[in-house]
Amino acid sequence: MTEFKPKIIAFLCSWCSYAGADKAGGQKLRYPANILVVRVMCTGRVDPRFVLKAFREGADGVMVLGCHTGDCHYRNGNMKAMKRMRLLSRMLPQFGIVKERLMFNRVSGGESELFQKLATEMTENITLMGPLKIEGFVKTEGAL
Amino acid sequence: MSKPKVAVIWNASCGGCDESLVDIEDKIIDLADKVDFVLWPCAMDFKYNDVAAMKDGEIDITLVNGGIQNSGQEKIVKLLREKSKIIVAYGSCAWLGGVPSLINLKNKKDSFAVNYLDCPSVINPGKKVPMAKSMADGYELELPEIFDTLYTLDDVIDVDYYLPGCPPMPAMIINALGELLGGKLPPKGTILSPDISLCLSCSRNGTKPDRMVMGEIQRIHEIIADPDQCFLNQDVLCMGPATRDGCGYPCITGNMPCTGCMGPMKNQDQGAKMISALGGIIDGYDEEAVDRILDGIPDPAGTFYRYSTAASYLGRRREKNR
Ligand code: SF4
Ligand code: SF4
Ligand code: FES
Repeated sequence: MTEFKPKIIAFLCSWCSYAGADKAGGQKLRYPANILVVRVMCTGRVDPRFVLKAFREGADGVMVLGCHTGDCHYRNGNMKAMKRMRLLSRMLPQFGIVKERLMFNRVSGGESELFQKLATEMTENITLMGPLKIEGFVKTEGAL
Repeated sequence: MSKPKVAVIWNASCGGCDESLVDIEDKIIDLADKVDFVLWPCAMDFKYNDVAAMKDGEIDITLVNGGIQNSGQEKIVKLLREKSKIIVAYGSCAWLGGVPSLINLKNKKDSFAVNYLDCPSVINPGKKVPMAKSMADGYELELPEIFDTLYTLDDVIDVDYYLPGCPPMPAMIINALGELLGGKLPPKGTILSPDISLCLSCSRNGTKPDRMVMGEIQRIHEIIADPDQCFLNQDVLCMGPATRDGCGYPCITGNMPCTGCMGPMKNQDQGAKMISALGGIIDGYDEEAVDRILDGIPDPAGTFYRYSTAASYLGRRREKNR
């Protein structure tokens, strides 16, 4: 069996976590290459639908990283995101997806090491959990 | 000129959709005058063999209600697809899976256990559950095979139009039948109700404050609901923001919050949409405070996808992934 390399989609706020990830790159901090970054203007832009769609189309884990509380450039986009992701992670287990497959956290532009740590931890956790195995719609997967 | 031929069929549904056709009152008599019903198991006595003997495309309109949950239903809708010019997914079950598709959060084994074995009011010493093949008095009996997953109609056959609602409201039915029988055909794939959220037509929409905040979530029976205020503003979940318009909000008029029976707007996932809306108005500054409020939604999937689990982005519970 080939080694399982998880696919993790990370929605990063352009103002903070994306800058943090960028800095991590600039400092040549190593973090796993499984993290596929989607840059968004604010975590408030991350519709729960994006997360579900990521899972449906093959992601084994999803990260949503935003500004620290009080630092959101659009005032409270990160608060909305926190609430949405918290509610969403209560629902995912009902569909058989353990809630740890979705991470919400906060990383500022300077915290390159924190980004490295979260990305590494997430990859390790998801690797232990194994692949999610959702491929396409019920229609294409089912018995019919 | 011969009258248009119409068929009505039910699958995994409660019978409410058939009932709703009769509920269009005297218009049903007009309808019965204008068309020839060639199949309607709930109301008239026709045989599937009669349908099988028809020419392809001979039926003008077939109204299919209910999702597809067993091989018998699969067979008959496939047959009706061949014999019909137009297939309408009638009601939210055919369109989205409906309430029965909540079974997709479990599986066949769990549902058999609840319904035939563990239910306190069931006496079943032989521990019998439905089987596709069984023996009785030396005869082999065959029943349709029940699937593990409930499918939407368009998971199984090509569908021309969708009529939302649980069940569809009389005005919508009359409108839709008028259009389809009058030959005024909308583009294929049209969902026959406005593609905007229910809030936009709701009489209480104007009472929403500029900054709405839900400090807790209460069930409707726990409060004395104000008859004019938006339910969300009364800390009661209302699916209006994530639900398609077109029903005329009878529930709100009856002072009950919307549970979402008209389904989502185009290309939306009803649960994701509702989570998105709630994230914007739930109070609380830190995780603990937010969690306390969210404890008021003990069954998020069942609340947000009450009528649309089979058509949701995730579609069903996946057993294999931990
Ligand atoms: S949330 Fe409900 S009560 Fe409030 S405006 Fe929307 S449909 Fe009406
Ligand atoms: S108010 Fe909501 S639950 Fe009631 S009929 Fe309309 S969409 Fe359905
Ligand atoms: S701007 Fe960074 S989370 Fe809103």
